[in-house]
Amino acid sequence: MQRTVLYRRHVESGARFGPFAGYEMPIQYLGVLAEHRAVRERAGMFDVSHMGEIRVRGPRALSLLQGLTPNNVDALASGRAHYNALLTERGTFVDDLLVYCLCAEDYLLVVNAASRARDLELIQAAARAEEGVRVDDLSAETALIAVQGPEAAGIVADVVGAEVSELRYYSLLQQASEGRLVSRTGYTGEDGFEIYTPNKSAETLWLELLERGRDRGLVPAGLGARDTLRLEAGMMLCGQDIDDTTTPIEAGLSWMVKWKKGDFVGREALARQRRYGCRQRLVAFEVLGRGIARHGHRLTVSDQPGCAGPVTSGAFAPTLGRAIGIARVDCADGDVPEPGAAASVEVRGREISCRIVKLPFYRRTRTSGG
Amino acid sequence: MIPDDRLYTEQHEWLKLEDGEAVLGITDFAQQELGDVVFVELPAAGQAFEAGFEVGAIESVKAVAEIYTPVGGTVKETNSQLEDAPELVNEDPYGEGWLVRLLLDGEGQADLMTADEYETLLAAG
Repeated sequence: MQRTVLYRRHVESGARFGPFAGYEMPIQYLGVLAEHRAVRERAGMFDVSHMGEIRVRGPRALSLLQGLTPNNVDALASGRAHYNALLTERGTFVDDLLVYCLCAEDYLLVVNAASRARDLELIQAAARAEEGVRVDDLSAETALIAVQGPEAAGIVADVVGAEVSELRYYSLLQQASEGRLVSRTGYTGEDGFEIYTPNKSAETLWLELLERGRDRGLVPAGLGARDTLRLEAGMMLCGQDIDDTTTPIEAGLSWMVKWKKGDFVGREALARQRRYGCRQRLVAFEVLGRGIARHGHRLTVSDQPGCAGPVTSGAFAPTLGRAIGIARVDCADGDVPEPGAAASVEVRGREISCRIVKLPFYRRTRTSGG
Repeated sequence: MIPDDRLYTEQHEWLKLEDGEAVLGITDFAQQELGDVVFVELPAAGQAFEAGFEVGAIESVKAVAEIYTPVGGTVKETNSQLEDAPELVNEDPYGEGWLVRLLLDGEGQADLMTADEYETLLAAG
């Protein structure tokens, strides 16, 4: 099992650890509820150094990425980031990822730990076929600290520089002297920042953030709270909600697919789905009865025969005070369950009533960070 | 501190015997392992259970743990406070966070540990 460079700091903070994608990661410190609330109301800080960072640059970098991903990398200006994916020929997910445009011909891909090796393989294979692209896996030398919550901007500005408060959502700035990259991004539904920093300076940065953030309510938060936060915000977890059996269209992520760009891996399959519809869909639901739907339970939409399938994510949503989830249901062409539709989920032999809803479950009211 | 006025199971439950009745709960170790409890599913009064059967479940943010009764009996009462305040299981597992009160039918009671024996089990990790 691998550990991140911040492992000892987590032990010091009393973390409870668990395995995640081959890493021994902090799952919680104070408790999931307290950490979740801290992020919604004040600030929380996550070590997500297990994430992979792959740099792709050179005169043909753009055309390589355009051919590998469904979103339009050409539309990405220097200093901007977007959500994108690597797909199979069937249009299903190999991984979801962020693409950062560092400057012209120079991109950073932030990928999931569990699929990093596969991602790298695909990118390198494409690079071999294309002169003028250099691919570097920076994952082993890069730590990633996410500071999230309404107080995040003040804290991060204090520690890494006032200029970060000017960053727009999904923008980034590079601090060359530190070898650091700061972006206004996150996986919690709150305003926040992700700071990519070389391993050697990660501990100092972590401690400084913790120290300077204390007065603003900053606490270390684990993967437990990260999961409930992202689910409330309606964000997919790759390998769980979306995987190599799911396409962006089925997942409700059609916006990510840009048809006006040229060819890309999976385009044909997606075009067929766009034209003829999907046989399965991800749907969001809230639990009305007493109980909690979990991964693997079965959701059935009441008035649509055959419209049923496994819960891919299910949890108690601390901010909403009720259980919520995402399920992958079969559906005949065009028969996508509408928000408001009645459904039920089977939990320990009992049917608990649910309602189909629109994502996200939670949307922050403040508009900081653009 | 592990209260010595009751008995314990290997599933980290406690059982307090009082005049032909038994009160069932989970131990401090169990609530810590589970993390924040957000929902407790309990049986209806009058339901009868054989020893070793599942009587309900405790759901934390992270996980779910089934509750098994180590003794046979009929449900006399459940802790209705847990409906609105499931966190009592975390805050006071040996007191306000109790789960079920059973009328004993005289069956079961195998494999129960004293507080000392349970402490030894915990120490052994």
